[in-house]
Amino acid sequence: MDFLIFQVPMLMVQASLDGILLGILFALIAYGMALQWGVMNIINIAQGDLVILGGYIAYTMYLAGIHPAWGVIVSPIIMYFVGWALYKLVINKVVDRDLFISILATFGIAIVFQQLMNFIFGADVVVAQSEYGTTMLFDNSVTLPNSKIFSAFVSLAYAVALVIYMKKSKLGRAIRATAQNARAAKILGVDTEKVYAATFGINAALCGIAGALISITLTLHPYVGLPYTVRSFMIVIVAGLGNLPAVAVSGMGLGLFEEFADYILGTEFRIGAVFMLLVFILVYRRFKLSKKREYLK
Amino acid sequence: MKQKDLILYSGLIILGLAAPYLFSAFKVQLTYLCVLIVLAMTWNLQGGEMGYNSFGNILFYGLGMYLTASVQVGMFFPLAEWTESGGEKTFVHTTAQYFQGIGVGLLVAAIIPALVAGAIGYAILGLRGHYFAICTLGLGIAAGEIAGGIEIIGAGQGFTTPPFPAEIVDPEARGKFFYFTSFIVLVLAFIFVKYIYGSRFRLILNAIRDNEDKAEAMGIQTMKYKIVGWMVSAFFCGLAGGIMGGLIGYIDSTDVAFDGREMGVFMVLMAILGGKGTLWGPIIGATLFHFFKEGLWTFILGWQYVALGVLIVVIVIYFPEGLMGWLREKYPERFGEVIDEKDRKSQVELK
Repeated sequence: MDFLIFQVPMLMVQASLDGILLGILFALIAYGMALQWGVMNIINIAQGDLVILGGYIAYTMYLAGIHPAWGVIVSPIIMYFVGWALYKLVINKVVDRDLFISILATFGIAIVFQQLMNFIFGADVVVAQSEYGTTMLFDNSVTLPNSKIFSAFVSLAYAVALVIYMKKSKLGRAIRATAQNARAAKILGVDTEKVYAATFGINAALCGIAGALISITLTLHPYVGLPYTVRSFMIVIVAGLGNLPAVAVSGMGLGLFEEFADYILGTEFRIGAVFMLLVFILVYRRFKLSKKREYLK
Repeated sequence: MKQKDLILYSGLIILGLAAPYLFSAFKVQLTYLCVLIVLAMTWNLQGGEMGYNSFGNILFYGLGMYLTASVQVGMFFPLAEWTESGGEKTFVHTTAQYFQGIGVGLLVAAIIPALVAGAIGYAILGLRGHYFAICTLGLGIAAGEIAGGIEIIGAGQGFTTPPFPAEIVDPEARGKFFYFTSFIVLVLAFIFVKYIYGSRFRLILNAIRDNEDKAEAMGIQTMKYKIVGWMVSAFFCGLAGGIMGGLIGYIDSTDVAFDGREMGVFMVLMAILGGKGTLWGPIIGATLFHFFKEGLWTFILGWQYVALGVLIVVIVIYFPEGLMGWLREKYPERFGEVIDEKDRKSQVELK
């Protein structure tokens, strides 16, 4: 380890910009997770695999000769129905149960998804070329792929659109009501079953958008889903459920952490560092709460 | 009753001792079975009895695997050169060295993971429910990723464990050695778990599972018992990992040692399949699962993970109580439960 990053200050700028742009993308996935966690009380281990599946949809379009950026519109539509079907098949049976059941069940789904993607798309690392070129900053010492800037803007646009939708629309109101008190919502005529299905669908659609963006900015591989799940889980427990600005900020924080860990520890420890950060955050929260004789709920 | 138990146990032990001779071709599979049973049984101790569902016991399994191999090599040869040469035949263990090495290695592989569990236990076991599950999941995967970056234990290219000494000409010897080692570990684990099942310790673990706050209010130092429970699991996981490392002969950081996608899930699944929180449940679950896996997986080659995933979903959704739970529901008298028919009927009506 030679700590190149401390000798070349421009690398710091590079890492920070990369981290922030990446973090916005993570925040989008985390928002989906917070949504379904808050509404349905489910921790979805297959979240990352939904992201990768969304990415492969965009990649398939790229192979068919369509520009992969259109994936940010096509992929969420397909993923909405995937999520809806998943809800009808499996998730509706675990909604009212113990959280551990939902963790294990979605873990099973994750394994199935990984393997099916492996069959269909192959075990190679793939990337969809957006051919957006790169932006050079600070005398060409900082390079920024335009696709990353594009992905950050698209994520922000979708996040804002979703917030407005949740505030204004009828379904958004129903979702928020169900999140507050499912039983009361049911009594007042909200079809909670439909709301749950829609929530899971929206979550999957968000994953689809994020996946399409990942297919042009990063790389895709059938087995890299779990790190995305863990990242979004981490962002949610730091930011809390349903606090969107905090989700965005902690997403960017995670992006920064990852980029710096990449430079300082080396790329081979990047994923390890993400998982260790999860452990440290949980343990930190646990010690902080145990001073008040409480525990994470 | 005592007589019946004696016949059952002696029958099982004789079967276990005779198995490698009866099913000579399946020694490796039998060794796997023993290891799986040990893993399921000890996972059950803290997942089923204590209510702390860990996805991270694979951490101790992988740690044990790496420790056994490292000690076995490191006792006689420079470890760094061994891994660098990728297990080339530049260093050869003599027979005595091999067995000394693996003996000490297994001892280390049992003790160090238990100590690690004790050391991190205070921090991690303060988390409850799903936070504990996710935290241990992260721990297991982080361990795999980090081990894949450490040069001295082979990093990404893997670590070849010492080959079985060539001086022993009997071709059956290797299989028998690993089978009997794993069988001894299985018997030890069973005796230990059986002892725990009859002790106050189990009642405390159950109290923690059912309501930790109340258990604490009754004056039980829950943290102490939780840590001990996890250490017991870690001890046997480490031993199991050490044996598997020697049997497989090659350690890869994410695909063999810290294999959360296979072993890490298997141990949870087997315990749930058989029935959490029972003595025989995990044993039956592991046996059934192993037969299912070995019998079916050759026919659905390539689709085995899909089958595994579907199996997990089906078991978790439809049989969360497992086989023993189902039997208990069906024949409660056999489990020493007295049922008031009137009470049961009124409860059914309430539903």
